[in-house]
Order: sequence, then C-alpha cells, then structure tokens
Amino acid sequence: MDHQNSISLTELSVDNQATILAFTNGIGQMETTRLASLGFTPGAEVNMTQNFGRGPLIVTVRGTRVALGRVEAAKIFVERKS
Amino acid sequence: MSDCHSTAAAVGPVILRERMPLIALAGQPNVGKSTLFNLLTGLNQHVGNWPGKTVERREGSFVVGGREYGIVDLPGTYSLTANSPEEVIAREFVLREQPDVVMAIVNAASLERSLYLVAELISLSTPLVVILNMMDVAEGEGIRIEPDVLEAALGVPVIPMTATRAAGMQDFCRVVQEMSDGERVFTPRLPEIRADHRSTLDEILHHIAGYVPTPYPENWVALKLLEGDTEITRTMQSALPAEKWEAVYNLLRQHDDALLAIASGRYEWIGRMVRAAVVQPKIGQISLTEQLDRWAAHPLWGLFILAGILGLVFWLTFTLGSPIQGWLDSQVVGGLSGLASQALIDAPFWLKGLIVDGVIGGVGAVLTFLPIMIIFFAVFGLLEDMGYMARAAFVMDNVMHLMGLHGKSFLPLFLGFGCNVPSIMGTRVIDSKPARFLTILVAPLVPCTARMAVVAFLAPAFFGSKALFVSWGLILLSLMTLVLSGSLLNKTIFKGQRSAFIMEMPLYHVPNGRTIGLLVWQRSVSFLKRAGTNILAMALVVWALSVLPNGDLDQSYLVQFGKWVEPVGRWMGFDWRLTVSLITSFPAKENAIATMGVLFGSSPEVGLAQTLTSTFSTASALSFLVVTMLFIPCMATVAVIRQETNSWGWTLLNVAMLLVISVAAGAGVYHLAVALGF
Repeated sequence: MDHQNSISLTELSVDNQATILAFTNGIGQMETTRLASLGFTPGAEVNMTQNFGRGPLIVTVRGTRVALGRVEAAKIFVERKS
Repeated sequence: MSDCHSTAAAVGPVILRERMPLIALAGQPNVGKSTLFNLLTGLNQHVGNWPGKTVERREGSFVVGGREYGIVDLPGTYSLTANSPEEVIAREFVLREQPDVVMAIVNAASLERSLYLVAELISLSTPLVVILNMMDVAEGEGIRIEPDVLEAALGVPVIPMTATRAAGMQDFCRVVQEMSDGERVFTPRLPEIRADHRSTLDEILHHIAGYVPTPYPENWVALKLLEGDTEITRTMQSALPAEKWEAVYNLLRQHDDALLAIASGRYEWIGRMVRAAVVQPKIGQISLTEQLDRWAAHPLWGLFILAGILGLVFWLTFTLGSPIQGWLDSQVVGGLSGLASQALIDAPFWLKGLIVDGVIGGVGAVLTFLPIMIIFFAVFGLLEDMGYMARAAFVMDNVMHLMGLHGKSFLPLFLGFGCNVPSIMGTRVIDSKPARFLTILVAPLVPCTARMAVVAFLAPAFFGSKALFVSWGLILLSLMTLVLSGSLLNKTIFKGQRSAFIMEMPLYHVPNGRTIGLLVWQRSVSFLKRAGTNILAMALVVWALSVLPNGDLDQSYLVQFGKWVEPVGRWMGFDWRLTVSLITSFPAKENAIATMGVLFGSSPEVGLAQTLTSTFSTASALSFLVVTMLFIPCMATVAVIRQETNSWGWTLLNVAMLLVISVAAGAGVYHLAVALGF
C-alpha cells in the first residue's frame, strides 16, 4: 500500500468513517464482484456500524448495511477520515 | 387491490408470446420484487425450476386495460456478472427471450446500491422501466426522492411505488400499456467506462468483432471480458480463432484490475443520476433499524433473542399445532379409516389393508402435520419479510464457523426445526457449492417437528415429570452432534473450503400479510403434493412389506428383516420390535409410534405407553429416543436431498453417515446408562 494511513477495515472502530483504498492482492474474482456490486469500490466511503473486535462486523456503504465476515473485512484496505 | 388485477383469467404455466406481451421483473435481493410479483399475479402464478437448475422460476400473468401480460420473475441478483446460476439465468433470459419490457425494481431506501443492477441492465438495449419501490421505508429513514428528476436523469420511465400497500399501481398500469404499445420512446443514458480503460475496450472490440455468437451484443461482451466474467470468457475462447484469442487474452492479463474500475465507473454514473433526485437524511439521525440492531445483531443479546424466538415457535407448535395434529389424527384420520373399514367390510383383505393402513394410515399420518408446518411457514415467512432473518444469520456466524460455514448456512438449518424438507431446499441461498453440500449433509440433524412428536409421546411415558428436561437434552444433543459432525466433515471431505460471508442487512419494515400468506400457501401446496406422490408410494411399499407374504404381520418381510438386523438393534438395547419401529420411521418419523401400536398389539395409545414402560428399561428407552433424533431422515427428506444434490452418491453418503452416527450414539448412551444403573 502506498498510503501511509492505510488500515484494514477490521481496525476501524464503530461510528468512524473511512475511504476504501484497495482490496488485498489475493482476493478472488467472485469475492471482488460481490463486494463491488454491493458498493465496495475504491473511493467509496464506509461507516463502521458494528465492530466488537471479534466476529463479523456491519459496515454501512452507500446507504446500505452490509455484514462482512472478519476474514473478508480484513481484505479491504481503507484510510480513516479525520 | 387495484384495477390491474380485476379480470385475471386462469392461465397455464406456458406463456404464449404471440398473444401476450412479456415482462421480465429484475431486481436485487431485498427490493420487494416478490411482493410486487405477488401483487400483480395473485394466485395466478406458477412456481417451478429453471431448466436444469436448482433455482426457483416463477411466472404468471395479469390483466391491464383488457389485455393480458405474461410476467417472469427473474432471480434476485446484485449484478449480472456470472458468479452464480442466478446471474446467468437473469441475463440469459433478457438477452435470449427478448422480453417486451424489463422492469427493474430498486429499493428507494438504498437507491445507490440497487441502481447498480440498473446500470448493467440499461446497457442490454431491452426497453427498461425502473420501479422505485419501498417509498414508505425510504420516507421512514428520512430519505426523500424525486422520481421525475431521476426519470429525466436516467432517460427511462421511473415509477414510484409501495408494493406492500399497492400504492402506485395506476402509474404502473399506464406505463405498462404505453411501453408495450411502443408509445413511449426512451433514450437511456448509458454508463461510460473510465478513460484509462476505454482504449483497451476498443482494442478488445476490434478483435472480437464478427465473432460474437448471438444473441450477445458485441459491446457488452467486450465489457464482460474486461470484467473477467468466467462464462463469457469461456464462450469467447471457443468462438474466437486461436490468434485472436491470444491477443484478447494478453490484453485481459494486462488489465486484470479492470473489474474494480468498471464497477467504480458504474457507481460514478449512479452518483450523477441520483445527485439531484435524492435528499439524504441529516447525519446523526438514528433510524429504527439501527436501534433494533443494537439488540438483534448484538453478539450476546442477539443470541438470546434468537433463542427466544425459537422457544416461542416451539411453544406455538406444542400449544396450538400439536393439539390440532392430535385431533386430526384421532378424529379425521381415525374416523376416515373407521368409515373405510366399514365400507370395505366385504372387500378382499388386501384391498381393505391397502386403503385403510396403506393410504389413509400412511399418508394421513403425514398430512396431520400440515397445521404444524403452517405455523412454521408463517413464522418464518413473517421473520423473513420483516428483515429479521439476516440478523439471525449474522449472530450465528461465529457458531457456524466451527463447521467452516458462515452465517448464511444457518438460515436453512433454522427452517429445519419445522421440517427438514424445506430446509434442504433452502440451502439454495448458499452460494458456494462445498458450503451448500456440507449444509445439506448436516441439515437432517436438526430435530424436526415429526421427530419432536415422537419424543413428545415417548418421553412422558418413560420419564414422567422429567420428560421436559429429557426433551431439551435431546435437542441439545442433536445440535451438538450437528456441529461436531459438521466440523469433522469440514476437516475431512471439504478440507476447510469456505465461501465469503458478505450479506446485506436489509432495513426492518412492517411485514406484509399478503406476501406471507402466499408464501405459506405455496409451501403448503408443495408439501401436500409430495404427500400425494412420493410419500404415498413409500407408504404403500412399507404396508406391502408388512403384510406380504401371507397377511400375517409376525411372518411379514418387514418383521423378518427386523429380526435379521436385530443383532445391531441389541447394541442399542432394542428388541426386534423397537428395531422394526425404528425402520418404519423412514416413511414418516411418527410412524414409529403407529408401528409400536401394531407390534405391541394395543391400539388405544394410553395402553401403549403403559405397555412400553413395563417392557423396556430406562436405558433402552433413552437409547431409542437418541437414535430417533439422529437416525436417517424420513424418505421425503432423502428424496429432496437426492433432488438438490443431483447425486445418489452424496445422498447415500448422507444416509450412511447418519446411520453410523445414530447407531454409535444409541449404543453409547445405552451402555453408559446401563453402567450408571438405569
């Protein structure tokens, strides 16, 4: 990642906003398509709706709540908005 | 109900294109597509499967202004890129069948995301209408949308609707008529690909020009190639001459990141479309969904709520469903067989047996479970329609991970508490094949109401006041066995393969009675159909085995078989009668009780309970209950496993697995109980 402030989506705490930077390199075609069609594209803003530090989390992206498994969320890199 | 539907005539499943304009309903999941389809067609619909696929196909017809329209409900998909059979079906239908109008339903409450499918559909050059559904939910969330502005931006008709309240039907009818008469000219604004990929797209187009098989548009194929669509890539690989494919393949390899660029491009287009038309709520406003999810999606409270709901369903089943079931069984089935016995008093014994014991006794027993099924179908329909099911899947994600599955696999298993048959069919929501098959293999371990009925009859007989604890213990044992065998299967056959957990959490909304009613109706009809065919056939076979060769049960093939496998039964503390009872639970679980009634020669059931208590030790009784819970599922379930896996291999593997588990568990429990002095 060339962005200094890049964190994985799992590290974003509740009610914090971030901008999606990229997906990890190893991500599959199917997963990318599913994420992209639900609104996870580079540049999109996300808001962490629920994250208890373990288990699945809920993210709001483009006005829709999406549940992500922790493994899946870890594949998304974001930049925290101040 | 609007005037759209006033004179709907009954039509068969086949849509006659010459006479009827054809409408395709497209939309993402959770946009209210089924509600609209049901509103339009009512009971005038046909549910089947798409050819060769385990994806439900629903079609029907409705009448507007004296003209009949055919309508096909395409599978709900988030995009049109080939990820699953659903996506392929949806786009192949639009491209090949060329419907007169494609109605794209979008959810007004999450407009941006649901317009993504519209961004794909609008490029397919079929007349398109956008239906802005769930306007009430959007208002509830503080979102205001101006349909006229959106219509002007998209360049296609936009109809605001609230399908749950049939609001907006008049606009809908008007547009349907105008579109099918070709009165409405539309000039859609197409999404554009980002400049940095434009030249690549042109190069691909240049290579594939003239080689694209019908009915695919060349532009669209080029875009799908760039997106990395597996189906289209395969199609073009065989359609193109080798050197052309080589050139295309090299281009694609250099631009394997194009998928995200194209998706971003679509969302940029959506952003431009909605900018002027939508007023978002003020930030900081806490919506109803957010408030409810603090509890329902909480890792701990959410589990309590789920357990509470399940408890409530069981309570409803046993206080309302079971008495009705018992009444049907004794009064209706019992009365009917009494009448039939009298009517057939002079008939040959085999005919009387066939009708009374085979047809009425066998199928009747299964049919008495319909009230319990209806309770389950209604509760699950309600939870689904409200938007709760996604929360149940979410809070169960951690547990499902123990089996290498994720939250989505919980939904079909949940349904299994009612009946394993809809549960196995419900595994269709799982998008990866290994995960789906693993879920199918463990699904029969969810205790269904029929098994609970056997437990509800036998547990009080043997354990008196402790029956309730024993019943809960048996449920717990089943679920623990499920998790254990699931994780073993995951480590052996499926080797830790898993699919991604990415699931939309829809907004909560007021459930719609009509939608739920139709769901209950359709599921009940399909249950009755199975009872009339598969189950009837099997009941007749079992009956025949119980009377052949000479009409005496004690010398019948069934009893001979029971005595032959008795040594296995003895490991579990059974005598041949318990073994035979267990075997006859295969056509329908509750048959176990009916068989005992026959074998112990006491027909009034009070007498049977006493006979059983005096004949068997507590250890044998406990073992019998454990085996009943874990035994191979009923034949209706086995038939549906065969249908859904499309393989006898998997079906037999499943049966063998459950046979081993149940015998091992029964033998273990029996010997443990004996050792403990029961």
